[in-house]
Order: sequence, then C-alpha cells, then structure tokens
Amino acid sequence: MSVPLIMFLSFVALTLLITFWAARRNTGASAYFAAGRSITGWQNGLAVAGDYMSAASFLGISGMICFSGYDGFMYSVGFLVAYITVLLIVAEPLRNAGKYTMADLLAYRLKPRPVRALASLSTLTVSTFYMIAQMVGAGVIIQKLIHLPFAPAVIGVGVLMLVYVVFGGMLATTWVQIIKALLLMAGAFLLSYLVLQFHDFSFTKFFNAVAHADYAGSAEPKNLLEPGLKFGVEAAGPWGPLDLVSLGLGLVLGTAGLPHILVRFYTVPDAKTARSSVVWAMAIIGLFYIMTTFFGFGAATILKKALIMTADGKPDTNMVAPILAQQLGGETFFAFISAVAFATILAVVAGLTMSASASFAHDFYSNVIHHGKENRPGMEVRVARITAFCVGAVSIGIAIFLGPSVNAAFLVGLAFAVAASANLPVIVLSVFWKRFNTAGAVAGLAIGLISSIVLILLSPNGLFGKAGALFPLENPGIVSIPIGFLAAYLGTIFTPRDLEAEAKFAELTVRAHTGLGSEKATSH
Amino acid sequence: MSEKSPSPVDWAAIEAKPAFRQLLARKARFIIPATIFFLIYYLALPVLVGYFPDLMKKKVWGEVNLAYVFALSQFFMAWIMAFFYVRVAAKWDKAAAEVIHGH
Repeated sequence: MSVPLIMFLSFVALTLLITFWAARRNTGASAYFAAGRSITGWQNGLAVAGDYMSAASFLGISGMICFSGYDGFMYSVGFLVAYITVLLIVAEPLRNAGKYTMADLLAYRLKPRPVRALASLSTLTVSTFYMIAQMVGAGVIIQKLIHLPFAPAVIGVGVLMLVYVVFGGMLATTWVQIIKALLLMAGAFLLSYLVLQFHDFSFTKFFNAVAHADYAGSAEPKNLLEPGLKFGVEAAGPWGPLDLVSLGLGLVLGTAGLPHILVRFYTVPDAKTARSSVVWAMAIIGLFYIMTTFFGFGAATILKKALIMTADGKPDTNMVAPILAQQLGGETFFAFISAVAFATILAVVAGLTMSASASFAHDFYSNVIHHGKENRPGMEVRVARITAFCVGAVSIGIAIFLGPSVNAAFLVGLAFAVAASANLPVIVLSVFWKRFNTAGAVAGLAIGLISSIVLILLSPNGLFGKAGALFPLENPGIVSIPIGFLAAYLGTIFTPRDLEAEAKFAELTVRAHTGLGSEKATSH
Repeated sequence: MSEKSPSPVDWAAIEAKPAFRQLLARKARFIIPATIFFLIYYLALPVLVGYFPDLMKKKVWGEVNLAYVFALSQFFMAWIMAFFYVRVAAKWDKAAAEVIHGH
C-alpha cells in the first residue's frame, strides 16, 4: 500500500472512531443537534475555523492566487473580515434567542410556519451550493491521490460523510472539525515554511520572485502582486472592477448568513462563549489566510506551468496546493497535504449536511408540518438523518455534472452571496427592527434567495455563457443583497402592523441582549 | 420541550428598565460606528483596487505595493476591532447581569 493511501485511511479511521464515540453520547435532540451545548470557547473557535477553512480556502484560493495573483488574495481578505459582521451583529443575539437553527431566531416573534418553511428552504439552498464546491474539491483530490475517476471519488466522499452525520451528529462533526482545523493549520504552516525556505527565508527575495513570477521559467514573467489580473478592465472588461466590489460585499456580509457557521453558536453554553469562540476563530482563520500569501503566490514562483494544467491545457485551479507540497516535500508531504485537504472537505461536508438536515428536521418537519410538537420522540433526529442522505445525494449529482475544472473558491463565493441576500437581511431586521413582520421576513427570504439565484443563472457563468449573459457580473451580491434588504423592508411597510410581533419584540430584545431564558447546557 | 421557568418573566418590565435602555444605548454607541467604520475600511479595498489600480500599484517596500499593504492591513484591522469589541462587551456582560438580577 502506498504512503498516501495509508495516511488517508488512518485519518478516515480516526474520524470514524470519533463518530463512534460521539454516537454513544447522543442522547436526545439537544445532544444530536447542538452537542449538548457543552463545547467550550476555544473548541468552538477551532470548529468554526474548521467549518470555514474549506476546500475553497485551501485548494481554491491557492489556485486562484497562483493564476490570478493579487485578485485571488481578495478572497482571503474577505473571508476574514466577514467575521467582524458575525462578531458585532449576529453571534450573541443568535445564541441567546435560538435553539438549533437560524430560523429559531426569526420564528421568535413572527409567524413560525411561513418563516420556518422559507428559512429552511434557503438553508438547504446555501448548504447545497457550498457542498457542491466541497464535492468538486474532494473529487479532484481523490482522483490525484488514489487514482480513482472523478465520479466514484465524489460518491465515496458522500458515503463517508453520511456515516459521520447519520451516526455522530453535532458532537462528532465538531470534534472532526477541531482535529481537521489543527491538521490544516499544521499543513499550511509547513507549506509556507518550505516556500520561504525555497527563497532562502528572505521576504525581499520572495516578493521579488512574486513580482516576476514566471512559473519556474515556464511562462512569461508577470507581476502577481499587481491587482487586475482577474477583475481588471483589461482582463475582465468594463464590469470587472464592479464585479470585484460585488464579490467583496458578498463575502463580508455572507458569512453572517451561512447556516453551518450559525449553528455552531448553539453548541456553546452562552453568548459569552459564543463571543470568545468568534475571537478564537478569527485568530486561526486570519493566520491561515495570511499564509495563503506564501503557498498561493509562492506556487507561481516554484511550480512549472505544465504541472498545474489539466490534460486539455486549462489551469487546474484546485490542485495547486497539493502539487506544491509534492514538489517541495516529496511524496510523503504530498500525501499529508492531500489527506489534510480531504479531511477538510469531509469535515466541512459533514458540518454542512448537519446544518441542512437540522434545519429541515427542526424547522420544516417538526414546526411546519407538526406545528411545533414532536409527535413521536426521536422522530426529529430520524428526519434529520433522512434529510442528510437526500442533501448529500443532490450535491453529489450536481458536482459530478459540473465536473472537476470549476474553481471551488468561486463556487463558495456564490454561496456567500446567496446567504448574504436571503438570510442576513431577515436576521438583522428581526433583531433590530421592532416593526418587522412576517410578510417582510417572507418577502426578504424569498426575494433575496430568488434574485441571487436568478442573477447567477443569468451571469457570464450561467445558462447563456459569456456572450449571451443578461447580467454582466459573475458575483451577484451588489445587486441581490440590496434587493434582499429592500424586499424585507417593503414587505413590512406595505402590510399591516403585526402587533403581536411588536409586543414580543421586548422579549426578544431582552433575551438577545441579556441571555435571560436562553437554552442551557445539558450535562452528560 | 424547552425548559419554561416556573414564574413567567415580565419581559416588558425589564425592557422598560432604565438600566436596560442604557445598556442598549451603550451597545449601539459602539456597534453602529464600529460597523460603519469596518464596512467602509473593507469596501475601500475593492473600490480602490478596482477603480484606481495605478495608485494601488505604487511600490512602498521593495516590490511590495500599496495594494498588498492595504490588503494585509485588513487582517490587523479585523483583529484590533475584535480585541476592542471583546473588551467593551465584557463590561456589557456585567451591566446585563445587573439588569436581570432578581428575575
């Protein structure tokens, strides 16, 4: 058996062990969906970071920077700054006023059935988008690592992830995230170290090489530190700069609407721990994205272009980091980085499936169909497991359809834009605006979701290709986010005041800002 | 299935307490300006990079240009902002505990 395969299998074995351990501790819905609210600040910080630093971050961004230079680094910046939005606006009220999902917060003072139904739909959509990116990343890694074709590789990942979610629940996915976050940081650190070593540990030399990046002599040198290689007017046409602003807006506001990040704040005992976990996450995530400087830009100074092109001569944007590891550290390091990347994907996919299935089971099945009463004990957890299966199957199908060449960071960027347009407006307005009512929430969720999806379909990457695109931007955020907010606002002011909702605003405000009456940790 | 407290809490009364109103005002005084500041600081990056590329291509240290320095500064801006937030939020925790004391 080859070294890569052994490393890879030992990681899988380790995570299955955790899942088995967690499965024995799952005793009821709070344990399954929220890990018994027993996770500490640093643990949750690592888990949030783990959920966040996905295939997009590691594989997608390093590829994007290697080929598009500075413009790819814009993803790194946006991914971190977005946590300020989470920290300042969303994390604490959400923890104080919710139970398992984002919709709990919305359903607090609005009519639960329509709000939960739509919130669940938008959660499933965002999660599926995000998941497709992970599946594509997993497919290419497995392809390279154990020479499986793309489609069976993706299906294999899907099956493994189902095992974690179906048996382990939130406790297992949390621990898988923590271990993976540590491994990923170690991998990124080593890779950065080797890149700097290649440049004799001289920043001057390193940045010099990046400014004259020639892919190890295999291409015309270009200055990767200069902006504009992807979004500049020369590269992308007159709409390029606006597309960059649109991407930035989607990234900075999207994280606070990502369901799989939001559910993490229910696994901690209180708002204070939620806050400290965001800070832990920001420290880890920030360090990681600063390191993309080295293994992203650095790759362009070390790797020959032929190594990072697909067979048909296109940039292989998802494989730059593992190939860089292979060049600098040999087969063993390549195996380690691949195993880490694969672990990353597996963990993120498990987290995504978990949040999607929690939302469907808790919001849609229990609260919409069964009016908030669990008709049989354990049914909610069972429905969650069935949903996990369905969501997994759908994203596997779409990932295989899209194929291995689509960039994972780009796909995730779109998921952010959808989350920022559909989820963020209603979360913010329901916490901070007394007059906000059910019609406004329904309008905001539905129109934010539809507008972002429709704009993606009409974009240069959508149904009609570059030439026939009806919408000139690849990233819809700058249009769809204001539409989401506007729809929530207009939906509210053009419908009668909901006095009941306004009366409950006092309760929500007190709960959100003091934590009085919030869900407590369960002891094991 | 959530645990209901035996004596119902009078939410409106707490919400009307001067101490609670004061807490909200203190929070708003930090969060609103901080949010406006970080959004402007962050969005200035894609705007400057997208629309004023020549300015941002100016080299400030060897080959390192203004664009990269500004991008890197965003990381420190985020960390510093988080640091200040945690410091003031700890004070809010105390105030919040006083507000709900006795309920």
